[in-house]
Amino acid sequence: MSADDAGARAGRTVYRIRWLPGTDRLHASCFCGAEREFEDPVALWDWLLGHPEGHRPRPVEAHDSPAPAAALV
Amino acid sequence: MIVTEFARNQWYVAAYGHEVGRRQLGRTILNEPILLYRTEDGRAVAMADRCVHRRFPLSESPSHLVGDRVVCGYHGFTYGPDGVCVAVPAQQRIPRTARLRTYPVVEQDSFVWVWIGDREPGGTLPPRAPWLVSPEYATVCGMEPLNARYGLLVDNLLDLSHETYLHGGYIGTPEVAETPITTEVDEDAGVVYVSRHMDDAACPPFYAESTGIKGRITRWQDIEYHPPCLYLLHSRVAPVGSPPPADDGTDPHAFHVEVVYAITPSTENTTYDFWAVARDFALDDEKVSDFLRDSNRTVVLQDVAALNTLEQVLAAEPDRYQELSVNIDTGGLAARRLLARMAAAGAVRPEAAAR
Repeated sequence: MSADDAGARAGRTVYRIRWLPGTDRLHASCFCGAEREFEDPVALWDWLLGHPEGHRPRPVEAHDSPAPAAALV
Repeated sequence: MIVTEFARNQWYVAAYGHEVGRRQLGRTILNEPILLYRTEDGRAVAMADRCVHRRFPLSESPSHLVGDRVVCGYHGFTYGPDGVCVAVPAQQRIPRTARLRTYPVVEQDSFVWVWIGDREPGGTLPPRAPWLVSPEYATVCGMEPLNARYGLLVDNLLDLSHETYLHGGYIGTPEVAETPITTEVDEDAGVVYVSRHMDDAACPPFYAESTGIKGRITRWQDIEYHPPCLYLLHSRVAPVGSPPPADDGTDPHAFHVEVVYAITPSTENTTYDFWAVARDFALDDEKVSDFLRDSNRTVVLQDVAALNTLEQVLAAEPDRYQELSVNIDTGGLAARRLLARMAAAGAVRPEAAAR
């Protein structure tokens, strides 16, 4: 199973981070649909776990997973 | 920061099934000394490894088994597999408190798992590693004691770019460190996935000699970490140009190796490093088994040496030492976060949580 396989499961509280090929940038995707690029994985996790703060509003029907509590990495 | 707190109320690998038999085995897990043995009907049992009388270890000679019971080698206190004391020397009355704490045990996929916690596991079962007992795979395994905090091993295994530098000549090639990773965290399942797919890579000796591949390879590393204890590395190796896996999941053109680690904290600065390598090729070839066993043990011992050194360094530094995380650490940071959350959750005693 790969990260991509796991990502196929819909309706779950899943965070995805893709290292953009040929760059030093990380592309973060929140389960709410918000996306953003980073150069620092610590800042990236702060943003992901800060959901919903700074994440774009999601459609009501997106899915109903609860937002996890932010935590330090 | 590296997680140092223990995650209680979780399953941990205490031993391989073949290590637990009709002789006592002592293991310390999350600072708890545990005695393991098998009853005469083959059931693995786990209980506190300290006689209630004067704390003599029941795993240490001259303590011994008589039938399903363990007899303390110091004064003869005798306990059943349920931990209840059934004999006290020279007196009829057995104190009510003469009882060893017992631990829930699950034997699964060649591992003996014990539940360390303040509540019962209920329906919670350990995660699976079915390849280790599958007839379609051949497995070699071992365990190396690590004189380092368990978080260092988690960091190590979640970032395989270190293979290029620490394990060059065995499993490391330049492409491992050069290839970007994808990371995924399934919050609901509590699983961290880290994938590194190398399209055209040198074949390290570990795979060249075991598979017979001569040229360059497509090499996939798909990590699946089930914190706190179980780490799976799904490794796929195929000559460059081989067809990818079919839609139905079959993959006859590739070699598959399932590398399994169980990361069991023993004390704050010691860890059991269980490792296993299961392959779906050359199943009956003992030379391949011997080679993979020797090679992987060498690789594990390279990690052990490095992490033992790192433990000494960190132990001598201030509590809030500085470290720097970069892109390769994305998965390791996720693992730390899940572990910290599990440790915090496990630290809440049931009675406290009910208030």
